[in-house]
Amino acid sequence: MAAKQDREPMFSPKNLRLITNPINVDNPITKQVLGICSALAVTVKLEPAIVMALSVTVVVAVGNFIISAMRNTIPSRIRIIVQLVVIAALVILVDQVLKAYAYNVSKQLSVFVGLIITNCIIMGRFEAFAMANKPWPSFLDGIGNGIGYGVILVIVAFFRELFGSGALFGHQIIPDSFYNMGYVNNGLVILPPMALFAVATIIWVQRSRNKELIED
Amino acid sequence: MKLIRNILDKIKPQVQEGGKYHAFHALFDAAETFFFVPDVVTTKGSHIRDGVDMKRTMFTVVVALIPALLFGMWNVGQMHFRSMGVSVDILDAFWYGFLRVLPLILVTYGVGLGIEIAFAQSRGHEVNEGFFVSGMLIPLIVPVTTPLWILAIAVAFAVVFGKEVFGGTGMNIVNPALLTRAFLFFSYPAAMSGDKVWIAAKADAFSGATPLAELTAGHSAGLSPLDMIIGAYPGSVGETSVIAIAIGAFILLYTGVASWKIMTSFFVGGLAMALILNLFASSFPANSYLQLPAWEHLLIGGFAFGGVFMITDPVTASQTEIGKWIYGFLGGLLAIMVRVLNPAYPEGVMLAILFMNIFAPTIDYYVVEANIKKRLKRARVVFNSKNL
Repeated sequence: MAAKQDREPMFSPKNLRLITNPINVDNPITKQVLGICSALAVTVKLEPAIVMALSVTVVVAVGNFIISAMRNTIPSRIRIIVQLVVIAALVILVDQVLKAYAYNVSKQLSVFVGLIITNCIIMGRFEAFAMANKPWPSFLDGIGNGIGYGVILVIVAFFRELFGSGALFGHQIIPDSFYNMGYVNNGLVILPPMALFAVATIIWVQRSRNKELIED
Repeated sequence: MKLIRNILDKIKPQVQEGGKYHAFHALFDAAETFFFVPDVVTTKGSHIRDGVDMKRTMFTVVVALIPALLFGMWNVGQMHFRSMGVSVDILDAFWYGFLRVLPLILVTYGVGLGIEIAFAQSRGHEVNEGFFVSGMLIPLIVPVTTPLWILAIAVAFAVVFGKEVFGGTGMNIVNPALLTRAFLFFSYPAAMSGDKVWIAAKADAFSGATPLAELTAGHSAGLSPLDMIIGAYPGSVGETSVIAIAIGAFILLYTGVASWKIMTSFFVGGLAMALILNLFASSFPANSYLQLPAWEHLLIGGFAFGGVFMITDPVTASQTEIGKWIYGFLGGLLAIMVRVLNPAYPEGVMLAILFMNIFAPTIDYYVVEANIKKRLKRARVVFNSKNL
């Protein structure tokens, strides 16, 4: 009886919520307000945004797993350094994989791949979740937060590429006839401030649909 | 008037709570208070200055803008025909300009009021008059050739993100009209700068550069001071004529709608910065902006218009009396600094005023803190002397 209670199924409702919550009500960008800087930097076009989202998901999920596995052996006074070593190692791996298999995107992302190290979501999840939970839930929590982050990135990048360059994934979407009639791409959408407005609009929409999220 | 009252009274039951057309109550309220002073009386203690409410205040500003608007319409026609090499009389020029400027006004009001009413409706607020002034300011600070769909997007952006997200009229942090212009400027630079956009249907051979652009390019302004005051040169619709703006300034100051402290300190700030920059004129001969006499800075471009109609906006300006001096002075200072020293921006008034809008609450905070400190000190002196 007792043994049965200890072992909960791998995808119990509680574990599934670790994935679904960060995508919606506990979104790292719109609720926890973490990782804003990269949401501004890599969302000019869709392709780098998706690659960035995948990279961060891998790093935060695997990192969460590793940190959680050694959480009982990390001396708490040096835990930040240990966490950084894990993140740095993972980021270097991701960077090498990108360079090998997606060289063009890796060039576009340039310094921002390296800057995943400083993405506050990763450190935030290590501190807030992995240090206090078992490896498997931590892994799921990483996946959930990575996807939650990625969803926002993709929405922002979709609008920025569509209105800023008239294209999606580099293919022109807005037809030439529009341009001949006098349509012009919006120059402000390319600039970082507009990403803030896009994120703000998402936050606005989310909070007016779900009143529980409104803070006083 | 009686006729209008009768019509309104007839409609009233239908839009009130429970009526058939309750959904349109905000629109009805707006129309009713436009024609008649509301008979609602404050029930708690109130602070009465005089009988002027927001609707009358806003309307005063619109009246003050009319000289600049009329002159702008004439100037649009006049510049058009001058670029073609045709000479026409005043009325023909005015009529042409009227037809070119009217669509800008209609689009601005249509989009802006549409959004305002939609928000007021969904929040259960009254529709208020805030957009009357913005809607009149916006057509005056854009080039006459601005495509209407671009203008519509910019107005929508400014009303939603400049005003409605903060809670509507009176809650905005930055001036919505200037936000519209900033959005246009950064989003569609080709439609907002250069020498093609300032004159409607310009002949190709005619140079349509504004005096500011000429100065940035290293030429002279090409205008005598008298030309600058009259204002028959290319520029945004309502910004060119100092005379028309001065009439507006007189109306605003006489009725007390605009703060004379902000207005004065803005011009003093601009003059001070221009005088400082003049000192460096001989060190940098390539920048012909530095050689422009300081007082001429106040006459060209949007400086006069910004100083009279934009920086004095009571919602976005500093509220404290000392703060108003600081606010206006820094605004003028920055406007001339951007204009002269940054080659990417021939005009700095828009950016300077938006920047100061952001800083107005900070200025107020420190003014109030300083006052508290001063009074505390006084209180302590009294307290100590009593204890002795």
